[in-house]
Amino acid sequence: MSKKYDAGVKEYRDTYWTPDYVPLDTDLLACFKCTGQEGVPKEEVAAAVAAESSTGTWSTVWSELLTDLDFYKGRCYRIEDVPGDKESFYAFIAYPLDLFEEGSITNVLTSLVGNVFGFKALRHLRLEDLRFPLAFIKTCYGPPNGIQVERDRMNKYGRPLLGCTIKPKLGLSGKNYGRVVYECLRGGLDFTKDDENINSQPFQRWQNRFEFVAEAIKLSEQETGEKKGHYLNVTANTPEEMYERAEFAKELGMPIVMHDFITGGFTANTGLSKWCRKNGMLLHIHRAMHAVIDRHPKHGIHFRVLAKCLRLSGGDQLHTGTVVGKLEGDRQTTLGYIDQLRESFVPEDRSRGNFFDQDWGSMPGVFAVASGGIHVWHMPALVAIFGDDSVLQFGGGTHGHPWGSAAGAAANRVALEACVKARNAGREIEKESRDILMEAAKHSPELAIALETWKEIKFEFDTVDKLDVQN
Amino acid sequence: MPFQSTVGDYQTVATLETFGFLPPMTQDEIYDQISYIIAQGWSPLIEHVHPSNSMASYWSYWKLPFFGEKDLNLIVSELEACHRAYPDHHVRMVGYDAYTQSQGSCFVVFEGR
Repeated sequence: MSKKYDAGVKEYRDTYWTPDYVPLDTDLLACFKCTGQEGVPKEEVAAAVAAESSTGTWSTVWSELLTDLDFYKGRCYRIEDVPGDKESFYAFIAYPLDLFEEGSITNVLTSLVGNVFGFKALRHLRLEDLRFPLAFIKTCYGPPNGIQVERDRMNKYGRPLLGCTIKPKLGLSGKNYGRVVYECLRGGLDFTKDDENINSQPFQRWQNRFEFVAEAIKLSEQETGEKKGHYLNVTANTPEEMYERAEFAKELGMPIVMHDFITGGFTANTGLSKWCRKNGMLLHIHRAMHAVIDRHPKHGIHFRVLAKCLRLSGGDQLHTGTVVGKLEGDRQTTLGYIDQLRESFVPEDRSRGNFFDQDWGSMPGVFAVASGGIHVWHMPALVAIFGDDSVLQFGGGTHGHPWGSAAGAAANRVALEACVKARNAGREIEKESRDILMEAAKHSPELAIALETWKEIKFEFDTVDKLDVQN
Repeated sequence: MPFQSTVGDYQTVATLETFGFLPPMTQDEIYDQISYIIAQGWSPLIEHVHPSNSMASYWSYWKLPFFGEKDLNLIVSELEACHRAYPDHHVRMVGYDAYTQSQGSCFVVFEGR
């Protein structure tokens, strides 16, 4: 049935608020937390978000009639109160599959979190969650390898992996940097990591770092008899430079490279991830800049959305916070998004902040990386929270050991294995944490000294961004 | 106190991955770990290798994976039989998880020489 052109400005809700709509399995669903300007009705705010993030613009335009807009428009199909918050509400919006280019996270985000976030009728807007339809997921490559392949390549089974960022994070020469890598790996770590700030600065150009690190890895493997790796950061000023660094890492026989997916961008990340799959390299993902986007409870994008986007764009390990360390992160919320990284199906569960059922199909899983202000005393809680499919990374908690990084690494490895062994034997490792660590320290002077060094260090601040619950 | 007397020397050790940094387990402790494998629904699997080849992806199977085996005593006797047959080999216990196609648990029970 053809329509007539009627120039002028219509209310958004006439077109984009459709409470009777039943979302399709192929729709991409979004949950936004909206805080409108005073006096603007909820339905109008929600419909405006649906319109501005899909087909709409502020005025009716004649060219709409050249297409079947009802086929392409986003629709707000539900509005819900936010528990414990009178001024905001949740708007649930369904977007038809054809609004998005296959396999392009960049395209999805450009639409969904583009212009709409600056829209004047809104005071704040936050993208809380996305439900990607399986039909879209199957167009994405996802993690280049995934958890199972990474375990097989690195020969690590039955426990979390253990890592550490090299410190000081800036200012070491290539040779000194390789020394610290060697010390950590010979002490029992599985991985060491470039700090995210390390790219190719005047004090340490990347080729020089890669060569010394490669020597440290080979030597520590020979001496310990275990597989080792170092996340060589290939984040660079241009994609061409990024690929050149990745190629060199591969030439040196290194197992893993690293990328910063937000500062580097989703297009670069997806490209690098495809390169990693093709070249048999693991990919570690850092998340610098995430807290700018995800920490404010009313504005921005929740990290669970960024985590889902990363799983689709590609990465074998992603930083998720620690819950217990120096950086922000609520326990239930963290459990909610580490499920999104690792499971093949995650059911809706508001107590974990998951607003939708999410079917991941055959998409491989991503290791959750816990890093930032953690030390041996945190080990039992970390093993309990993150489980085996995680990488636990202790920076200061390795290098800060009075005997140096190798002893610090050994202390962490002993503590980790003691916790896993106790858990398997049926002990409640969080409740019995002190006993488990003290027993293990009897056989390890390195651990005994680490426990003494860090006994008073805690990071007990309230989280800024909490789950929305009735107080 | 002079610096030298408070700093210890960390000696690199050759280890065999998971639990390599813990003291050798007692018999009861090994039973606990095997019980965990059985309780998880994983299949017990015994592998062995000559120490000169311990970094290989493939160690030799002892017989076949014990698919669906729930009898702790049987697994223990198979571990001992493997050790008797290959006294100079490393022998490890694996909890094989067919769902993830990975090893939910893996640790060396007898170290070869």
